[in-house]
Amino acid sequence: MDKDSFDMAVGINITLNGEARRVLAGSIADLCAEIGLNPAKVAVERNLMIVPRSTLAQVMLADGDQLEIVHFVGGG
Amino acid sequence: MTQESGSDTWTVAGRRFSSRLIVGTGKYKDFEQNAAALAASGAEIITVAVRRVNVTDPGAPMLTDFIDPKQYTYLPNTAGCFDRDSAIRTLRLAREAGGWDLVKLEILGEAKTLYPDMRETLQATEILAKEGFLPMVYCADDPIAAKQLEDAGAVAIMPLGAPIGSGLGIQNRVTIRLIVEGAKVPVLVDAGVGTASDAAVAMELGCDGVLMNTAIAEAKDPVMMARAMRLSVEAGRGAYLAGRMGRRMYADPSSPLAGLI
Repeated sequence: MDKDSFDMAVGINITLNGEARRVLAGSIADLCAEIGLNPAKVAVERNLMIVPRSTLAQVMLADGDQLEIVHFVGGG
Repeated sequence: MTQESGSDTWTVAGRRFSSRLIVGTGKYKDFEQNAAALAASGAEIITVAVRRVNVTDPGAPMLTDFIDPKQYTYLPNTAGCFDRDSAIRTLRLAREAGGWDLVKLEILGEAKTLYPDMRETLQATEILAKEGFLPMVYCADDPIAAKQLEDAGAVAIMPLGAPIGSGLGIQNRVTIRLIVEGAKVPVLVDAGVGTASDAAVAMELGCDGVLMNTAIAEAKDPVMMARAMRLSVEAGRGAYLAGRMGRRMYADPSSPLAGLI
């Protein structure tokens, strides 16, 4: 099947850091791998609830999820 | 209690530190300059902000690549938060990202002055303390508000000396001193320091430490200024411990009057 129909079949729509995004259905750990993030350096909030790092591989994304992925930057 | 003996430490929430200078990590030209200034400052605690990861450039260098969280105590802040709920949300994320419960609470009232919103700050302090956080709290230089924060669970009181990033120096020595005298937890001047003498003033007033960012980051030579700040904090602390002379209205000669020719 071509890419578009593949996306239609297994992709879901989420909001990631304020931007709409279509991603493969899977766990949050899968999403981190998909976008190239090291989960050890970030924190994840899903629908306003913290997702403990130890459970990132178990928590499955659902259509419409609001995700925030943050890290530490310079600040005063 | 001399600094030479290395015994002049201070303790916040049961954690002991030698350096009384806490530095921010914002506004630097690059991570290398930030790391060099930090080394020159001698600071053991650094403040950091929590922000969204750039998902379009996930391989970009991160602060933690340059400043080792195992070597320095990261103090996550809530800079940019203007209400209680966003500050608490930010610190919950920070705790998950780094595993640290010692945090800097800062809830701003308006963008123009970046003065703290003390009503929101007090409420957030209570909630955070109940959730097991150890909040060091940026606040107005108000001795009553400082007591209220302490009662609410603040592990350190951090009054502004002047508006954040202003470099105006400590505007009201009396209120800072009143806070120091009334507090059972450490008091650190947070914000307003512009140059080394400002930091020394804070320490001479009996503060346990000073927190600064812009005064170092926006100096012409940040690394040299970081060193100057380290020395001024030590000098001010030493003068406070030594106990300054009394003030007199008129002169008092240093050479003996007897035996004049």
